[in-house]
Formats: sequence, C-alpha cells, structure tokens
Amino acid sequence: MLVLTILSVLLAVFIGLGLYLRSLPLLELKSVGSLLTSSVWKPFKGEFGFFPFIMGTLWVTGIAIVVALPLCLLSGIFISEYAHHRVRKIIVPFVDLLSGIPPVVFGVWGVLFVVPLIQEYIAPHFVEYATGYSVLAGGIVLAVMIFPLIISILLEVFGTVPRELKDASLSLGATQWQTVKFVLLKRSMPGIIAAIVLAISRAFGETIAVLMVCGNLPEVPHSVLDSGYPLPALIANNYGEMLSIPLYDSALLFSALILFIIIFLFNAISRIVLSRIERRMN
Amino acid sequence: MANTPHISVQNLNVYYGQNHALKNISIDIPDKKVTSFIGPSGCGKTTLLKTFNRLHDSSVDVRVEGKVLVDGEDIYDSKAEVTHIRKKMGLLSQRPFPLPMSIYDNIAYGPRIHGMRDKEKLDQLVEQQLRDVALWDEVKDRLNTPAVRLSIGQQQRLCLARGLAVQPEIILGDEPTSALDPKSTQKIEELFVQLREKYTIVLVTHILRQARRVSDFIAFIYNGEIIEFAPTEELLLNPKEELTKEYVRGFVS
Repeated sequence: MLVLTILSVLLAVFIGLGLYLRSLPLLELKSVGSLLTSSVWKPFKGEFGFFPFIMGTLWVTGIAIVVALPLCLLSGIFISEYAHHRVRKIIVPFVDLLSGIPPVVFGVWGVLFVVPLIQEYIAPHFVEYATGYSVLAGGIVLAVMIFPLIISILLEVFGTVPRELKDASLSLGATQWQTVKFVLLKRSMPGIIAAIVLAISRAFGETIAVLMVCGNLPEVPHSVLDSGYPLPALIANNYGEMLSIPLYDSALLFSALILFIIIFLFNAISRIVLSRIERRMN
Repeated sequence: MANTPHISVQNLNVYYGQNHALKNISIDIPDKKVTSFIGPSGCGKTTLLKTFNRLHDSSVDVRVEGKVLVDGEDIYDSKAEVTHIRKKMGLLSQRPFPLPMSIYDNIAYGPRIHGMRDKEKLDQLVEQQLRDVALWDEVKDRLNTPAVRLSIGQQQRLCLARGLAVQPEIILGDEPTSALDPKSTQKIEELFVQLREKYTIVLVTHILRQARRVSDFIAFIYNGEIIEFAPTEELLLNPKEELTKEYVRGFVS
C-alpha cells in the first residue's frame, strides 16, 4: 500500500516532468519570459505567445469566483441557518444533483441561454456589437458548475460550528444575522478559504463547457464582454490536429505545463495562507 | 418569599416532537436570589432554563406553550422582542464557548452589538468586567490574544464576564462548573455568591453540595414536573415530598 501511495504521488511528478521534457524543443529556441509575456500567436510562423491564454484562464476563473462566491455564501447561510429543516431536505439534493450534470451539458446550456442573454440584453448596454461568446459567458457557466462544490463544502463547514457558540452570541442579545456575521463566518473562515481554493482549482482546469462559450480568440481580453481563450481550451481544441506544424506539439504541451504550474503554485500558496489563519485563530 | 418574582412561569408545557418534556410548570423565581434547579439527568431542568431566554426558538421540533413573565412581560408574546429579552439574561453553558475572537473582543462583543462605539468606554468596561470575575490580573497583558488560548476555568469566567458586560438582570447557569476543576469551580461559586446582590441567578446543577453552598431556593424537578420548591435548607434537610426525600437522601446521610 505504501508503494501504491508513493506511486500515485510520483505520478504527479512524472506528469510534470513529462510535460517539461516534451516542451523542451520550444524552450530551447525561446526564453520562458518571452513565451509567457508575448501576445503574438502565429503557429505557422513559429511564434508562440502564451500571454492571451494565461489571461483568458485568469479572466474566466476570476469571473466565475466573483459570481459564485457571494451567491454561495448567501445560499449556504440561508440553508444552514435560516431554512426550515424540511426546506433544507428538499434543497440539498438539488444542489448535489447540479454537481452530477456532465460539463458538456452546461456548455450547451451556456450556448443556448447564457450567450444569447449576454448578446441581446447585457452587451448592448456597453458596446455596439458583441457575439455574446465572451469570458463573461465562460465565467457564468463556470460559476454555475462550481456552485454545488462550494455550497456542499460550506454546509459542511457551517455544520461544525457548535450550536452552543451561536447560542452564546444569541444570548447576548445579538440578532441571527449578527451571529452569522461575527461568529459563524469568522469561525468558518479557514473552511471558506478552503472551499474557494478547491473551486478555483476546479475552475482552472474546466475545459469543455468553457470552450463552448468563450469565443476562443487568441487575444488578451480587455473587458468581460471580450472573447477569451483559456489554456485548457487551447489544448483540447488543437491537440492531435495540427501537429504537422513545427513545434506546435511542443507549444501545446508547454501550455499544459503552465496550467500545471499555475495550479501547483496556487495550491501551495493557499495552503500557506490557510495554515497562517488557523494558527492565528488558535 | 417576600420579594416580587423576577421570572414568573405559568402553566408552561414544552414538547420535543412527541415527547412531553415539561409538564405544566408554574414557578416564581424570586428577585436577587439564587435559585437552583436540581434533579436527575434528563428531567428537564436545562430545558426549563432555556425557555427563559427563548433559546428553543431555533431548535427543530420544539413547541412551547404557556407563559413566562419576566418583569411582568410575557416573553412568548408574539410582540415580545427576542433580542431585548435575551439581553436581560447572561447565559453560562456547561462548557465555556468563547467566541472566535480575542479576549478583549469577547467582552466587548455584547456592548458593541448594542451600539457602544466609544473606545475609552469599552476599555473601561472590559477592564471592569474582567476585574469582576477576577480575571484581569491573569489576562491584562494579553487582551488581544485569542480567547481559546485560556484555560477552561479562565474561559468560563470570561464567558461570565462576557454575559455581564451587557448589564443583564438575570444570570442563567446551565451546570456551569461541570467541566471545571475543583479550584475553578470554587472561584465560579464564590462569584455567584458575590453577584447575587445585584442579579437574579438561576442555576441548573446536579451537585447538591453546590446547590447548598450557593443557592437560596431549590426546585426539585423530576420527569418534567416540579416536585418541590422551597428554601435551600428546608428542601435538602426536611423535604416534604417522597420523591425529593429519595433524591436528597444521599446528601443527608
């Protein structure tokens, strides 16, 4: 069992290493810095700038969290603190059901519903013409997808706050809402951060649903209504198709490596933040 | 009982789902005295205590019928304001539950919620409350550290101070010393004796000696009913009811 455990840990290392080795041909020609900061993506001319894709990923993920987090916090608080227990019994299975829907279905929903919504009702207020295929659409679809994940973690976290602690606050004359704000949320902070971290990690890697609604233009998005091209979409759209172009294969694997490193760094940083918070609270 | 009652319970019935937990309770809790509820585990003494500040409100499947008058005002009246009622009572639970914040903020929590913003006043109040529970000298150099780092005994005194900071009239103690060591228990008991001059105190306890040491009146509760309610010495040494006799027998011998 120990061997199996070590193997599974090593697998992550091997994947990272493999990606690195396969992206070496590109890295030997160009510096990492120029690859990451260049915005020019012309594979036929051998120019590979990954900046638009990195920004596409960050935009979509950022929007998803900004949209999902307030909704999740409020619904989580409602379900765990305010809702009648019978209501809770009805709502929770629906939330779980949401997490079981395949991503491609969310993608279709995005194309049929979110994209036209943005094109016809939201975008006209800000720009003259928009297709609706945008990082905003990607963010919204992604927000709906990470919603059940965040909610279920939040409910778990809120459930660990002892009844007596809330009673202590209530018996001082605090209202339910004050108790939620000052006691429940404060006590749950490490758990809330953990939920966000997991949600972001999931959002970074989500491919198909985002790919279907994002527009996939290799340009840096400047507003939420611009198209974007996240890293996973780049890989999924092109891998196996245009590999006859020199270095293209290497470039795609380098983008996978970037994704790998972003997620790795992100997890590491959030772990440090989390342990800091926990130490400060105890 | 010469004093007018501070809490007057009239025909109170409490149900947990199908379970009839409190049966037709009527009792007058005297003002500025210590009243203890004694009785075997599960007899309903904690349930009775919790009806006094409506902590059952958020529980599932609890039904309360009857009247609880505090200062003549029915707290179960639909017009009664629950935060106002709770502010009148400081609650001390079985185990201390410090709020997830610093020692200072724990004490300042109640006053801040009720609108006190003045830093100087808060400082003064925090110091005063901590002195009142004999905790000031132990914690004055680390007011900004998390309250959970205190010992259990210190935490319980902090919780008492936190309750007193909102200037309640009544202190409710639900077996407040059951998690404490003998020394901390003694400190809490001494505090109750001091505090009885200013507050009406209602204690739930299963330690008869403690009930005797601190209380003026004792109510013996059995199976959801009040069997006997009398001054401390009378109830413990000369009980009238058969059930009470049986329960306190160990104490007398």
